[in-house]
Amino acid sequence: MSDDLEMQYEVARSRPEAFYERFDRKDELQHQTHYCPGCGHGIIHKMVAQAIDELGIQNRTILISPVGCSVFAYYYFDVGNVQAAHGRAPAVATAVKRSRSQSIVISYQGDGDLSAIGSAEILHAANRGENISVIFVNNAIYSMTGGQVAPTTLLGQRSTTTPEGRSAEREGYPLRVSELLGALEAPVYIERVGIGDNKQIAQAYRAVRKAIENQVRGLGFSLVEILSTCPTIWKMSPVESQRWVHDVMEKTFPLGLIRERTKDAQPHETPAPAPADLRKVLGIADQARIVPHQVAKSATNLQVRVAGFGGQGVLLLGEILAEAGLNAGLEVSWLPSYGPEMRSGTSNCHVRISSEPIDSPLVTRPDVLVAMNEPSLHKFYESVPPGGWVLYNRDAMPGECKRTDLNVLARPFTQIAKDLGDARTGNMIMLGALIECTGAVPWQSVDAALRQMIKSEKWLELDRRALARGRELMREPVEEAVHEG
Amino acid sequence: MSRHLIKGNEAIVKAAVLAGCRGFYGYPITPASEITEAAAKYMPQVGGVFLQAESEVAAINMLYGASAAGVRVMTASSGPGISLMQEGISYMAGAELPCVVADITRAGPGLGNITSEQSDYHQVVKGGGHGNYRTLVLAPHSVQEMVDLTVLAFDLADRYRNPVVLMADGFIGQMMEPVEFPQAVTEPALPRWAVAGTEATRTNLISSIFLDNDKLEAHIRHLEAKYEMARRHETRAEELYTEDAEVVLVGYGIVARILKAVAAEARADGLRVGVLRPITLFPFPTADFVRIATRAKVFVVVEMSNGQMLEDVRLALNGTRPVEFLSRVGGNVPSHHEVLAFVQKQVQLSAQSEEVVHVG
Ligand SMILES: Cc1ncc(C[n+]2csc(CCOP(=O)(O)OP(=O)(O)O)c2C)c(N)n1
Ligand code: SF4
Repeated sequence: MSDDLEMQYEVARSRPEAFYERFDRKDELQHQTHYCPGCGHGIIHKMVAQAIDELGIQNRTILISPVGCSVFAYYYFDVGNVQAAHGRAPAVATAVKRSRSQSIVISYQGDGDLSAIGSAEILHAANRGENISVIFVNNAIYSMTGGQVAPTTLLGQRSTTTPEGRSAEREGYPLRVSELLGALEAPVYIERVGIGDNKQIAQAYRAVRKAIENQVRGLGFSLVEILSTCPTIWKMSPVESQRWVHDVMEKTFPLGLIRERTKDAQPHETPAPAPADLRKVLGIADQARIVPHQVAKSATNLQVRVAGFGGQGVLLLGEILAEAGLNAGLEVSWLPSYGPEMRSGTSNCHVRISSEPIDSPLVTRPDVLVAMNEPSLHKFYESVPPGGWVLYNRDAMPGECKRTDLNVLARPFTQIAKDLGDARTGNMIMLGALIECTGAVPWQSVDAALRQMIKSEKWLELDRRALARGRELMREPVEEAVHEG
Repeated sequence: MSRHLIKGNEAIVKAAVLAGCRGFYGYPITPASEITEAAAKYMPQVGGVFLQAESEVAAINMLYGASAAGVRVMTASSGPGISLMQEGISYMAGAELPCVVADITRAGPGLGNITSEQSDYHQVVKGGGHGNYRTLVLAPHSVQEMVDLTVLAFDLADRYRNPVVLMADGFIGQMMEPVEFPQAVTEPALPRWAVAGTEATRTNLISSIFLDNDKLEAHIRHLEAKYEMARRHETRAEELYTEDAEVVLVGYGIVARILKAVAAEARADGLRVGVLRPITLFPFPTADFVRIATRAKVFVVVEMSNGQMLEDVRLALNGTRPVEFLSRVGGNVPSHHEVLAFVQKQVQLSAQSEEVVHVG
């Protein structure tokens, strides 16, 4: 008992090093705090400061102050200070700690801040096991804003927004956040303490110190909930307030250890150092391309629309075409459809290849339409201007597609691909036909694009064969467009 | 230097890494998710931090923390997520913390849909959060600009100690074009104001609260002075055929690409059509409008919104020239042909009104 008294004396009287001597950030009365007489925040601040002193971490400490009566915690703590938005301190603390792993990050929060508006942030910081220390000051009320109900307000307790007292039916039950967080895997230490008497204060100090020390040791998420006093809003004297914590609050919020896993906790790893060659990691190291003058003699301006079912390789066809254009020293653009169509299983893309800079990447009048299924043919058929090409994945055009001003190659490309070895190379056969009929890009730049994009030897071989087959199909003597009856 | 065929969304992350960004905190949303996914892939490999937050509210507050700790940091989202981030953006502007937010816009209001609209203009450019602040807003219209403006965004964010938003539509995010990445790799120094958990930074404070009215007023004036400086030094716009244009088309993002095609075609038909493309939406290129208005007869604003940038164009021209407006919304894009027809009509109308003037 005498030990505890001594401890409390220490906490209450001497100025910890981690406190400023004068509170220069305050506008006035710089020798005293802004807290009311008997306010728990003052006592708890001293505990935190003393723990910082004892652990010798003043230079490394970053205090996150909340929104609430302790918003000005940074007036007092001679450490790095970051003031956070209401309830967001655990998110802020998360990123500070992850950014500066050597720092000691203390998130100091009230019960409105932590258990109401910031309930998501504290839950997820705890669940991720962030290596931070949370000091959770529970005074069962919103003090700063003048005494409204908090999730932690006791049943029957009056507040300005529960003038008849909190009722379980209307406002629900007092939220026991520590127990809630105690159900998670990650936290290493959670304890509820109080400042109801000297003995409690001594225990509270030990808990605060432990929560911070855990972080110094790299153990993970620690939280101390402190049942605290607010004489002003409670309309009690400081002594009555302490007694109320001891006699009343404690019944709803039992003191004690809720989580203690520091023994099995593994120290957090520090992140790996940055690699020497960023460009290599990013995959943007310089790569050799076919030199432009080999190709593209005449002006090129090709606009292509590729459409079909998802899984037919619509987007890949377009991508290889674009990459081939780039290899040939041309300007290119590739634009996928990404809207709700994706869900319905169809997909399409716009590809442009040009010897001039490309203005709009949207292809509304394609020189070539690659229609890998019937719905796509119907969707885009009318958009092809006279003289354009339609490559259609069936052996004949549907009867209603009667335009005579188009060039058409209708073949069962998917079936041909199957006969060739794999139905999935139908897109490459169509690409081969497209390259052949437009002459927009030279074959060697198409092959180079294949080599860049297709990493498996087996697929490279299959795709090359498919491309060649497409070329042949296009070269076969032109026949009159065949229409299905 | 080689050119890489790459998606706009992925290009942002690679450019960010080259610009020294070492923190990414995000929450998935179409059509911005590839940015978050690319960051998840690359950040850990370059010694940076990636974290998928529990919400956009948490994500932006994580940016607040990382930025306070002196790290170049970014996030990416779209309409509904940007709405949630407004709290943190206001706090960061207030606390003078740099960060980069990529907004790959989609259609709203509410859940709207995932295709492109330009309806985030008000909430991004006008400052959708509370208080007297602005964000600097860059509007890329190509994948190359996704790279260049991302790098610029980090520099501006640091220079002005303010959030910078890279606002691109879903098209620019989803499309692939060849780009050149900058040769320079930035290794930013620790800002002197950062709170890094060191002796040298122990006295630093990051906060947006000023209890005293006069101090807050002075702070707000200080922020305004920064925005004024940005107006003088950072305004960017691209012009095409504006020297003799009678009809000036105005648009940003994917719309500007369409306008360029329209202008080229209109020119081929002998119509004096030009394009003015704001690259910075804040600061808005007001001076360019005023200069061009001395010659131009009519301005045609084309937007995938119900007229959000339109207001800034009208303010810039201040009634000196008529401003016509062509709008598509809901995820629909104004087609090249639609815009061309609209332009032809404007040319006709302006010729008629001239006749009237001559007769009168
Ligand atoms: C987004 C937002 N909503 C509301 C407020 C107003 N507000 C300031 S402090 C506070 C309650 C603080 O209560 P608590 O966390 O219990 O701290 P205490 O004042 O009791 O120490 C509220 C609601 C705010 N600042 N920001
Ligand atoms: S109102 Fe309550 S919590 Fe706030 S300073 Fe006063 S006693 Fe402390």
